Amino acid sequence: MLYVKDIARLLDAKILYGTNMDTTEVHSVCGSDMMSDVLAYVKNQSVLLTGLCNPQTIRTAEMMDIVCLVFVRNKQPDETMIELAKQRGISVFTTYHTMFTSCGILYTAGLKGGA
Amino acid sequence: MDDTIKLEYTVSGDDFTRAGEASSNLKNVLRQIGAPPDITRRVSIAMYEGEINMVIHANGGTITVLISPESIKMILKDQGPGIPDIDKAMQAGYSTAPDDIRTLGFGAGMGLPNMKKYTDDMQIETELGVGTTVTMVVNLPAAVLQ
Repeated sequence: MLYVKDIARLLDAKILYGTNMDTTEVHSVCGSDMMSDVLAYVKNQSVLLTGLCNPQTIRTAEMMDIVCLVFVRNKQPDETMIELAKQRGISVFTTYHTMFTSCGILYTAGLKGGA
Repeated sequence: MDDTIKLEYTVSGDDFTRAGEASSNLKNVLRQIGAPPDITRRVSIAMYEGEINMVIHANGGTITVLISPESIKMILKDQGPGIPDIDKAMQAGYSTAPDDIRTLGFGAGMGLPNMKKYTDDMQIETELGVGTTVTMVVNLPAAVLQ
């Protein structure tokens, strides 16, 4: 079983905001820059990997009950976005890895995308 | 006694960064009144897609939400340009959104298909040059929110 803290470790990610990282399980991962594609995908205890860095990324994660949001290629959300994530209890990381590499690392660690 | 909760929201059409505030508020309300998490998520996603559509295509509008013991009904009303071809608009991947919207993560042509997918009923009334009203209903299982 993987937890949110393991996502940070596997992706060598910088933790911009973390909440319940030791106890929140991760079951699946979705990687996309298109939020409508993300919204078509519903799984419990999901991580979202994205290169899209705007407030709608946080909103989408909120609607989807995403437990952890990871910005790839060192994308840096602003304070407003991090504050929004805090209010919604969503952990936010940033990693220097690309989308492809990030997906590969998490897939190799045993996580799947789901249907 | 009428035990329906009515919520009304105004969606601003000129600020994309604020799009989703109504859906976020509704999600909080549903949590507070103890709606099941899967229903809350379906309602939130459908409303959020609709809210984004209103901002992208119609310069905003109004949303009325009616929560009864049987269902959650969302009525999204705008005075935008109307939808010329509803069948096309319902096709996954078909979009009339401008290119700059795609750089913001939307305009993939999944909005209306997603809204239909997550709701039990969706009706669209539209008139060119007048506006569009989308009514979505998500049914609640018996004995919830009593």
